[in-house]
Amino acid sequence: MNLGRLRHLTVNEQVALLFLALFGVLVLVTVAVALRSLASDDERRWREQQFRRDLRAVWVGALVFWVAWVSGPVGATLAFGAFSFLALREFITLAHTRRGDHRGLILAFFVVLPLQYLIVGLQRFDLFSVFIPVYVFLAIPVVSALAGDPRRFLERNAKIQWGIMVCVFGLSHAPALILLDLPRFQGRGAFLLFFLVIVTAAAQIVQELAGRRLRRTAAGAPHRPPLLAAGLGAGRAGRRGHGGRAVLDHAHQRRARRCWARWPAAAARWANW
Amino acid sequence: MGLLIAFIARLITGAQGHWKGCAPKAEQRIYFANHQSHLDWVLIWAALPSELRATTRPIAARDYWTGSPFKHWLTREVFNAVYVNRQRTDDQDPLEPLQDALRNGDSLVIFPEGTRSNKGEPQPFKSGLFHLAGQFPEAQLIPAWIDNVQRVMPKGEVVPVPILCTVTFGAPLQLQPGEDKRSFLARARQAVLDLRPPESDT
Repeated sequence: MNLGRLRHLTVNEQVALLFLALFGVLVLVTVAVALRSLASDDERRWREQQFRRDLRAVWVGALVFWVAWVSGPVGATLAFGAFSFLALREFITLAHTRRGDHRGLILAFFVVLPLQYLIVGLQRFDLFSVFIPVYVFLAIPVVSALAGDPRRFLERNAKIQWGIMVCVFGLSHAPALILLDLPRFQGRGAFLLFFLVIVTAAAQIVQELAGRRLRRTAAGAPHRPPLLAAGLGAGRAGRRGHGGRAVLDHAHQRRARRCWARWPAAAARWANW
Repeated sequence: MGLLIAFIARLITGAQGHWKGCAPKAEQRIYFANHQSHLDWVLIWAALPSELRATTRPIAARDYWTGSPFKHWLTREVFNAVYVNRQRTDDQDPLEPLQDALRNGDSLVIFPEGTRSNKGEPQPFKSGLFHLAGQFPEAQLIPAWIDNVQRVMPKGEVVPVPILCTVTFGAPLQLQPGEDKRSFLARARQAVLDLRPPESDT
């Protein structure tokens, strides 16, 4: 099929074709993995299991995304609302909140998050862009102050505020892409969303693969590329020098970085149920 | 209903079970864990594979959990709880309902501290675990550490906040021949403490 004929299809047909291609690739990969596992030995089995787990996560992610598209703007808003919830849950887990933050967190999870997505659904984009950065940023410290815990007040609130900023405000732009009325681009927001999801998923997969490869090289080979060796050395020195805390911070940063790059794969947890 | 509760528990807390020292198998077991929140039992229960949930039972205080029709229904129909009397009467051993359940082949989840503690370290264990270990040597004693749950619902709050929690299950413990109560309980408590993830700073 040449590109000229693609242009004559309606927008919906074009998006459907994209999904067809995506699922086609997934089917091919799944079949290839299934065939390879027939001939594999025990040694590689563990790695393949990991890969299969990742593949299942991608499947679930792709299916959820497809369902969101098929069910229209409402479905997309709900789906990304759910992603938002999972992402914020991970963020707050890493932020080490205190007892005094409890009410603020309830506000974040059960009021701010649904309201933000409701605003997206109603297409009130004027309120959408100020609701969290202005009003919620003021409300969270107020609620927190009422709990009467002054310890590390600014730090705690900043963490919650930016958790909401990244996981709710940032992510809510994804369904907004579908709903925004872009001049000379009407109805094509789905392409933008598709692009966003593909880029994020690709980044996730590449990071995962690179991480595995680097770790294996580091463990097995005596000849390390200088850059990697320096990086590893620095990491180890940090661990030795500052004791447990450094390890903790390191791990936290790594997980935190991963947690909001991986929201399509957040569905992976659901796949394990 | 049970599936719904497990779903909500997983939605809010993740309820990830880490099986460090044993596999989730359908053997008769007594799980014992640290106790920090009302959610502890639900968390352990949701972390178990669904086929083990039906035969794994919690302990519930009879006066409180049969107090209203809803509480009674929840503990009886959904969780299949073992009721115990908190008031001690002379003619009855408080462990008797537990012994009946174990004779029945069921698994139990107990919190040997007896009460919720909101300090990081668990309080000294009560002796019930020791007696059960002596009377039912065939039941495996599995220590478990529940992490993060005190952040989900601190004492005095009613609405839980979604925060990921983990339940770490350790290797089975055995009562050594001739081991006395005190050293066994200390060993059991240490086994629970050893499962605490290194980054946990409560």
